[in-house]
Amino acid sequence: MFSYCTEPDTLGTFRWFSCYLTTGVHFSFYWSFAKVLLLLAITAPVALAFGFLGAMAARARFAPLSWLGKAYIAIVRGVPDIAFFMFFVIALDQLLEWGRHQILCSDWDQAIWQGNDFIVCPQAKLPLSTAPQVVHETYGFFIAVFTFAIVFGAFAANVLFGAMRAVPRPQLETAEAYGMSRRQTFWHILVPQMWVYALPGLSNLWMVLIKATPLLFLLGIEDIVYWARELGGTKTARFTDYPHGDWRMWYFLVLLVFYLGFTRVSEVVLERMMVRLTHGQATTGGEAQRKAAA
Amino acid sequence: MESCLQTIQDYGLRSLGIGERLLPRTDFTLCEHFTLIGSGMIWNIYFGIMALVGGFFFATALAVAKASRRRWTRKPAEWFIFVFRGSPLFIQFFFAYFLFLNLKGVSPLFDPFTAAWLGALIVLFLNTAAYSGEIFYGALRSIPKGDVEAADAYGMTGWPRFRRIVWPTMLRLAWPAYTNEAIFLFHATTLVFFSGFPAWQQRGDALYYASYFADKTFNPFIPYPILAMYFIVFTLVIVSVFGLINRRLNRHLPSERRARMRIRPNLLR
Repeated sequence: MFSYCTEPDTLGTFRWFSCYLTTGVHFSFYWSFAKVLLLLAITAPVALAFGFLGAMAARARFAPLSWLGKAYIAIVRGVPDIAFFMFFVIALDQLLEWGRHQILCSDWDQAIWQGNDFIVCPQAKLPLSTAPQVVHETYGFFIAVFTFAIVFGAFAANVLFGAMRAVPRPQLETAEAYGMSRRQTFWHILVPQMWVYALPGLSNLWMVLIKATPLLFLLGIEDIVYWARELGGTKTARFTDYPHGDWRMWYFLVLLVFYLGFTRVSEVVLERMMVRLTHGQATTGGEAQRKAAA
Repeated sequence: MESCLQTIQDYGLRSLGIGERLLPRTDFTLCEHFTLIGSGMIWNIYFGIMALVGGFFFATALAVAKASRRRWTRKPAEWFIFVFRGSPLFIQFFFAYFLFLNLKGVSPLFDPFTAAWLGALIVLFLNTAAYSGEIFYGALRSIPKGDVEAADAYGMTGWPRFRRIVWPTMLRLAWPAYTNEAIFLFHATTLVFFSGFPAWQQRGDALYYASYFADKTFNPFIPYPILAMYFIVFTLVIVSVFGLINRRLNRHLPSERRARMRIRPNLLR
């Protein structure tokens, strides 16, 4: 990147590092941090939307819809661990390909399941094998986002469901007394007030979501874990201008610090949000704020 | 049926390196799925129990240190808990593994640390200690004032007061949350072999074998549900054992004041 980088082995320590840390692969490494942030930026609202829908469904008066909402919450939360991630990504991929196969290749006479193989016609492949590399990566990324959203949506649904029930009954009764319909009560009274009850649960979920992002690596995305392993490994002078020993430990130390910093910032921001949301609420926190101001 | 018994003999203890050396390669049967994944569970149980038992005592110490008024005992405990709760366990595993790998170069004393049975166990131990420490710390702060005052009135101080009043009450208050922590930890043991620690001679845990089958058969619909089933069974075992302990911890209370167990399995840490 810098003009003096042409002969790396003659440089002093500081200049050597300034060259080493600005090589092309290192920019891929930095870009993967953006990928993690992008994942969070997309997943959080989508999961919240899923959660909101799930909670609304679970509250519904129409029984089958309520069962559907409750089943979604129970199943996703009950299945343990990363097994769900590993299972869901393959299952979703196969489901999409199977669906496209049914539509696009109705004249295909071979079985889809051949012993140990899952085979669909070439036109049904997702993405098409002729598609450029970028499409493959984007597809993989969005499958991952969707998986995260489904899983965290169930957790968010549980939190929001609890929060909706935590809003004091008299508030809703007052709304009814003013002649509001069930829908008006929901949107104008219940939803604005539930956030203060939901926030502790949601912020906990956000922390868990941050700490779940390294699992992108298991889903086959070239994320920070992938690059840290790749770049940190021993490099000999034959293959690179910047030979070094096994530095993976230091790369992972950087990741550790990145996550710690991110968690810390989130904690501070969420605490501020809580203070704002508590303002004027009929809770002990709101009461304490009122007294402090008076 | 006959052949399934044979499979169990061959692969029942495969995760410990006993029995058939080669894993099945073709014509996978359901029996093989159940046996190998079940065999892998031995490691999950080993990591879970060892880390939990060790972590319990360390967590108590951490909680007491964090609640301490002395700055020099409080700060290290706070930092320890923040570091282990604030970063992903997955990254902790990677970091620890490469750290041990580097230390191995310094002294052969660190040889066993690069193996999962010790290295990963240490990470899990420290991690669960941090999480449980925070739970215990929360419980320590919500011990009813009256209990401690009553102990003072009886002239109890120091160690006897801690052992007979503070500690049992802390455990009683923390127990429902601690049960969840035990379930998390147990689920988290599946990360070990996906995070640097090598499965030497293919001796892996349940998820390792489940993903082995999924890789070979391209069919996730059999091994992962089997894995999930094993985990649900063991989760129920944990819940019932911890429920018994909870009953004992609360036995002096009238029934409606007892802490209810609420199972909230979480996903990851």
